[in-house]
This record gives sequence, structure tokens and C-alpha cells, in this order.
Amino acid sequence: MTAETGLVALWLAAALALAQLVLGALALKNGADAARAAPTVRAVATVQGALALAAMAALIAAFLASDMSVALVAANSHSMKPTLYKFAGAWGNHEGSMLLWVTILGLAGAAVARLEHRLRADTLVATLAAQAAIALGFYAFLLFASNPFARLDPAPADGAGLNPLLQDPGLAFHPPTLYAGYVGLSVAFSFAVGALVTRDVGAAFARAMRPWVLGAWIFLTLGITAGSYWAYYELGWGGWWFWDPVENASLMPWLAATALLHSVSVLATRDGLRAWTVMLAVVAFSMSMIGTFLVRSGILTSVHAFAVDPRRGAFILALLVIYIGGALLLFGLRIGTVRQGKLFEGVSREGALVANNLLLTVILGIVLIGTFYPIVAAAMGVQLSVGPPFFDSTAGPVALLLVAVLAAGPVMRWRRDDPGEVAQRLFPAIAATLFAGVGTFVLGGPIAPLPLLGIALGVGLAVASVAPLAKRNLRRAPLQLWGMVVAHLGVAVSLIGMAASTAYTQERLVAVGTGDPARVAGFTVRLEGVRPLVGDNWTALEGHLNVTLDDEAIAVLRPQVRYFTTPVTTTNESAILTRWDGQLYAVLGTLGEDGRWQLRLWWKPMVTLIWFGGFLIALGGALALVGHQWRLWQQRRRADAVAETAAWSAA
Amino acid sequence: MRRAAALLALWGAMPAMAQTALPPLAYTQLRDPEQERQARALMETLRCLVCQGQSIADSDADMAGEMRALVRQRVAAGETPRAVRDWLIARYGDYVSYDPPVSRATLPLWLAPLLLLAIGVVVARGSFRRRRRWR
Repeated sequence: MTAETGLVALWLAAALALAQLVLGALALKNGADAARAAPTVRAVATVQGALALAAMAALIAAFLASDMSVALVAANSHSMKPTLYKFAGAWGNHEGSMLLWVTILGLAGAAVARLEHRLRADTLVATLAAQAAIALGFYAFLLFASNPFARLDPAPADGAGLNPLLQDPGLAFHPPTLYAGYVGLSVAFSFAVGALVTRDVGAAFARAMRPWVLGAWIFLTLGITAGSYWAYYELGWGGWWFWDPVENASLMPWLAATALLHSVSVLATRDGLRAWTVMLAVVAFSMSMIGTFLVRSGILTSVHAFAVDPRRGAFILALLVIYIGGALLLFGLRIGTVRQGKLFEGVSREGALVANNLLLTVILGIVLIGTFYPIVAAAMGVQLSVGPPFFDSTAGPVALLLVAVLAAGPVMRWRRDDPGEVAQRLFPAIAATLFAGVGTFVLGGPIAPLPLLGIALGVGLAVASVAPLAKRNLRRAPLQLWGMVVAHLGVAVSLIGMAASTAYTQERLVAVGTGDPARVAGFTVRLEGVRPLVGDNWTALEGHLNVTLDDEAIAVLRPQVRYFTTPVTTTNESAILTRWDGQLYAVLGTLGEDGRWQLRLWWKPMVTLIWFGGFLIALGGALALVGHQWRLWQQRRRADAVAETAAWSAA
Repeated sequence: MRRAAALLALWGAMPAMAQTALPPLAYTQLRDPEQERQARALMETLRCLVCQGQSIADSDADMAGEMRALVRQRVAAGETPRAVRDWLIARYGDYVSYDPPVSRATLPLWLAPLLLLAIGVVVARGSFRRRRRWR
């Protein structure tokens, strides 16, 4: 019954999305109706979100109960699987992940309906109608092309199991977070469409949109950071970014959202960059949908391609064309009526933010072209691959340029600034950059130019990022400012981690017998033995590695090779020793004919900074979000107090 | 009880499960650090043909292992990394290289970043200058 309940909820949600769209459109035909229709549209959007959530809950219930008569459960689950993976396995497949996608879409719409009170009534109605239009397409996709609740008759005795690579706590966290980010950007898209429809693009609109963009961006940042760490420890070779098409699919919305976040600030604070902000909102969610398309269509091979089907790809492609094309058409028709925003000089905070936006967009363009080029080339009969060497050598330098702008921007004044004074304010940062660069080059041993620049600029940025706090009373500095400082510091920290671990990683691949020492970066690792182990749905061989540093035993590492039977797969469970200055990463390989075990060891200096920096970036976003909301709350309280005093004196 | 039985069965099966027929150089380094560095750098740019978007430097697939061994053998025998790469491309096509060689088919790809940057600079400069005149 659970499956049927879920299906009914999904159909009802689709019907309500249609109602929400029609109601909104009718109300907008006559502007005066909008204010009257708003409460109804809000209510419909809320119920629609709740129904989508109910459908998701029904699917999770079917997975938890291992109801093998549901085709999706039979194909992707197994009764012996640990409960956590039964639960998270609900979205570890195509249909389930698409249902999660629309659930978050519905919840985002419901959140806007409940929480958004700053937007003009007609713009709110238009925004919710746009959100409903998106939801409707993806409900149709689920109901007609990817029904997660389809039954199997007869039901098999047990399921086929979940891809063991996905059987990791990361599965419970990474996809929902990333999807919250992807789909959160739909709100920015709907805001932009709504404001274009009602010709409401301005500072007030930007202030209303900002928290939603910030929220989505925080989730996206956390999702990418978590995904990167998951790949790092799970794939067993110590790589943290592969320029894999699906990674690129998550990076592109992040780049667009980061640009949007900064341009929406210009619009909110200075009422500039109106058209550009609206355009970025459209681009950001378009990148999210393209990301979904990339992952779900099967046109790209990737570690994430756990369910691919070209027919579904065609369906999503059609949705993509309708939404992106429609939004761009509306943009083209209406942008003439959007007044030019306030003007400014090249050397100013706005100027730096424009440079930030352009460089982020250039990186986005490079990633987009690099990701799709092999597909286009294949269509023309040329088989080729575009991978890390291309992206590193093209996006890398642009990113470093962006870091330089990022260091300078926050110390500039709005509207107009003096280049000489800016240079003066940046003096400590420039000195730190040179000092770190020369120091690394002289003391650190051979290093490639890009990592060297990365370390130098990273240190410089770290110094520059705290400059806005200089000469300020730290306790009185607004939370938004702290947010910016922490996020920018996070970029610096992450950059230093990337550059240092790329430049100074030490690798040791050896075959060892029991008791033989293997040395890497001053550590001595001894294999004491290998023993078998049985888990819930796997068996494993576990190595016992004694790690010594300067003749002192410091740790025992236990890397595993796990053997899964449903489906038959072998995974490496790396063992990682985290120290303040890096990680020692150990993987147990196979047994050679001479009775020796293969061992893969890496010393990765500063590598943890990559994810710590990512966390700081998200934390900065959260501080800014709380800061903006806090100020809003205070303003409202002050306004209430004034009104109360006025009412009192009138009485 | 079931666990104990599985454990017992595993003891017997252990060597068979873990064994490999791959050449040793698939999983061991060259003695000469400079040669190993060259081989490693090359491996990072070669695509594992049976994997899903991974280089041969970070894949557990047998074919990736064989290709790693081949790269190390050839580099150890004194071939330049470029020659090894060309040999692999001649054998498997451009698809094997993550670093697309500049050709008529890839010229737009390699020019795109420069073009994008140029457009960006023109857009930025144009808008600032126009703005200044308006003031």
C-alpha cells in the first residue's frame, strides 16, 4: 500500500502544481487580483511541498521495509543491507534521486510561500507560479518516464543490492545537500522570472532574493566539499578532484551561484548590475538543470552513472529547452524595460565585483566547454577526451587571477576609490604573497609554477581577507562582514591545501611481506598481518599496519579490501592517519605470487585544508545569512516601536 | 553463527580472492625517482579506457594496471614520456589522452579560454568607459 500512497501523493502534488500555475497566471492578468490571490497561492504551494515530501517518505518506507514488490527496491536494495543504506539507498538510484530532486523543489516552493514577506504581492505570485511551472515538468518526468513506485509481479525473493561504492555514510549526506543547493537555485530562477514578469527588478527585489541565493549556495558548497572528501577516501587513490563530468556538473552551478551572490549584493546595496543579476539567476539554475541532465541522461560516462537511459535524457533535454529557452526569451523581451542601475568607476568595490563576476563566468565557460566538447566532437566523428591537464592549465590561471581580485575587492570603497590608496591598504597582503612565494621556492624543493603561485597567492589572500576587520571594533563589526571575511579566508585555506598537497605529495607503492618496512616521508609502515573480517553484507581482508615516526610507534592503520556479493564488487577502504600537517593515506592491495602484499602509501601534506577551507566558505555564508536576517529583524522591531510610540502619542 | 561460518569459509578462500596476475610494475614504482616522476605525470594524463572517467593513475581496473606497467616499462627502457604517449595514441586513438593534442578538431577547445577571457575584458572595459562618459 505504501507505494500506492506515494504515487497518489505524487499525482496530487502534480495537480496542485498545475493549480498553482493557473491561479498565479490568472491573478497576474489583472494586477489588482494578485494581492487577493496571494494567500491562496501560498497555501497551494505549501500543500504541494508537503505532498512531495509525503511521496518521498513513502519511497523511503518501501526501502526500509525491503518491499521487493516495488521494482525500484528490488533493483537497488537488499534485505541484508545495513539500515542506513536502506534509508539513503532510496536516492542512490535514478528514480529515487529524481524524486528527491522534486521533493526539494516542492519544499523550496513551500518555504518561499511560508517565509517570504518582503516581495511585492504580484512578484510573489509570479515567483510561485514560475516555481510551479518547473515542478510540473519534473513531476511529469517522474510520473511518465521514471515512476519510482512501479510494482513487480511476481516479487523477487530478494533485491539486487546497492552499488557498494555508494554504501558509505557519505550517501546519506552528500546527495541531499547537493540537491538542496541545486534545487535551491530554482528559487533564484523563479524570483528572476517573477520580477521580469512584474517588472520589479530593483534593490528591494535583490534584498528579498539574497537569503535564498545564500542558502542554496551554502548547501552547494557543503555538498561539493563533502563529495570531494568522499571520493578522496573511498576511491582509494587519494585524488580529491578528478574533473569528472559529474563533478563539473556540480561545480558549474556553484560558480554561477557564487557570481550571483556577489552581483545580488551589488544590486541590493548599490542598485547596480540589474540585468546582469537577473541573467545570472537564470544561468545558475540552468546549470543545475544541465547538471541533472548530465548525470541522468547517460551521455557521459562517469563514476556517478548508476542509472542511465537515453530516452529519459531526451525528456529532460526537452524540459531544459523549455525552461532555459523560455526564461531567456522572457529576458530578451523584458530586459529593455529594466532600467540601467546606478553607475560606478572601474576602481571601486563594484568594479572588483564586476571583475569577480566576469572571471567566475569565464571559468564557468571553460568548464562548460571542456565538459561538452567530447560530446560535440563525438557527434562529428572525432573521439577525444578532455581531462585534468586541460582544466588545470586553463581554468587554473584564471582562478588565480580571480584570487588576486578577491584579495583586493573587499578593501575597496563603493563607487570610487584611489588606486594608490588601495595598493597601500593591500601592502601587508602583497608582502605576504612575495614572502611566501620566495620562501616556498627556496626552501620547499622543486615545484611547478601553478602550485607555487597557488601557495603564494593563498597566503596573500589569507592576509588580505582579514584586512576588512582592521581598525574596527571586532565586537561591533556586523555579522555579514564576519561572514565575508570567514568565507574569503576559507578560499585561501582551501587554495593552500590544494597547491601544497599537489606539489608535495609523496607516494610509495610497494610489495611487502609481513614485518617488512615501507618508508614514506619519514614514516615507517610495517605490515604486521592480514586477517579476514565479516560485515553485514560484505567480507573483507584487513591489513594491520604499524606506523612509526622517528622510532616511535604513533598509530595503527587498518585498510581493508571489501568483497561484496550483491552485486559482486571489490572496494578499497583506505585507512587514513590525520596529523596537523597532513594525512598519511594507506591502501591494501592484492597478494602477489611471491606471497607479498601490495601496499599503497601516500603522505599528503596540508590536504585537510582543502575541505576545512570548503567548510569555512560555507560557514561564512551562514554567518552572512544570519547577519542579514538579524538586521532585518532589528529593523522591523524598530519600525514597530516607532509605530507604537506614534499610536501612543496619538491616543 | 552465520558470521563464524562465513569467516571460516573466508580463511580458505583468502589467497585466491586477493591474488593478481598483473605485472608487478602495475603496483610498484620505478627505482629511479626521476623516471618514476615522469611516468607518474604521464599516467595522470592517460584515460583508463574501461573505467568511467578515471585516469590510469587512479584506477583499480586490470586494464589500468596493465597500462601503468607498460608506461613504467617503456619509461624505464629510456623512452621519453612523449614517445610513450604518442605510441598509446597511435594504438588507442586520441581518446586515451586526457590532454587533447592540438589539432584542427581541438583548436576551438584550446582557443575558447583565451576567447572567453578576451570577451570578458572587452565587456568590462567597454562598460566602465561608457559609464565614465555618462558621469
